[in-house]
Amino acid sequence: MSIFIALGAITLLALIFGAVLGYAAIKFKVEADPLVDQIDDILPQTQCGQCGYPGCRPYAEAIANGDAINKCPPGGDATIKKLADLMGVAATPLDSSQTPAIKRVAYIREDECIGCTKCIQACPVDAIVGASKQMHTVMVDECTGCDLCVEPCPVNCIDMVPLPGTVERWKWDLQAIPVRVIDANPVSKNLVETN
Amino acid sequence: MMTEFLLLLVSTILVNNFVLVKFLGLCPFMGVSNKLDTAIGMCLATTFVLTLASLCSYLVDSYILAPLELGYLRTLSFILVIAVVVQFTEMVVHKTSPALYRLLGIFLPLITTNCAVLGVALLNVKANHGLLGSVIYGFGAAVGFSMVLVLFAAMRERLASADVPVVFRGAAIGLITAGLMSLAFMGFTGLVKV
Repeated sequence: MSIFIALGAITLLALIFGAVLGYAAIKFKVEADPLVDQIDDILPQTQCGQCGYPGCRPYAEAIANGDAINKCPPGGDATIKKLADLMGVAATPLDSSQTPAIKRVAYIREDECIGCTKCIQACPVDAIVGASKQMHTVMVDECTGCDLCVEPCPVNCIDMVPLPGTVERWKWDLQAIPVRVIDANPVSKNLVETN
Repeated sequence: MMTEFLLLLVSTILVNNFVLVKFLGLCPFMGVSNKLDTAIGMCLATTFVLTLASLCSYLVDSYILAPLELGYLRTLSFILVIAVVVQFTEMVVHKTSPALYRLLGIFLPLITTNCAVLGVALLNVKANHGLLGSVIYGFGAAVGFSMVLVLFAAMRERLASADVPVVFRGAAIGLITAGLMSLAFMGFTGLVKV
């Protein structure tokens, strides 16, 4: 007898919960963009977050709002192709820039350096030491990896080498202030023109 | 009365921490602790669901299962309750607060499989907690889980750039760190007798 009570109770419980969920599904229905659903179906649903969004659905919404379609490494080229068909845009190769960039520093091949001082003038943070006709070198701790010294070198002896992270160099990446390149002295340029 | 609840809260957060002392909820503890922001999202979602689920499972247990003497159906019906609570919460949050929904994201449905949620519901019955006691027990468990998860995520972010011997890299050093944290939490044993 008690088994029937148990069966009845669980069935009743399941029915009540089903009714509650069914009611909630109607009552709390959210009008979603059908395009987002279509995009979401194409994405692999790995929820890996490598696109920079917290899951596949947020990325689908971002694509519907005009984000790039090539940020999904698990989906690969097949997903990009399907997304390109759906969105009517050209299929672009996978964007791997989402993986955090390794910090790089300049390295001068010292036996090739002719001592022209051009890289010293280009360096915005004075991280290169050396004198005219003397070999130059880069202070690793000061170098910001901005690439500005690579272009002026007449003998192409500057390489950008990756610098692996260590505990000493590690820092919180919570509220990094974005660095902008601004014109060095726009005011003095105006002065020259007026003179 | 008040001190009893306060002691229960301290007990669940520090002394009987669900992750480090009872070893429940280890899957999200290892799984989503790679980045601090995802860990915080998971914490919020877990706190929400754990408190609500312990309330609902208490109601189901004391008003349906106990009068009918169906104690052996507890695990089954609690899983049902938790799944329904999570689904219902997801719908309501999606409708009422899109910002919160986006913050909790995929973590909300994932909590259904967090064994700490079922653990809290079953331990509530075992410890004979009342209605308020159950809610506080669930909330305390969630706060303890959140605290440990955030601490662990902060450590793992830093560990990512540490010079770890090759054989220990990845999950291995994570588990060793978790073990050391667990050892540290043993220091709270005997702080509160609950």
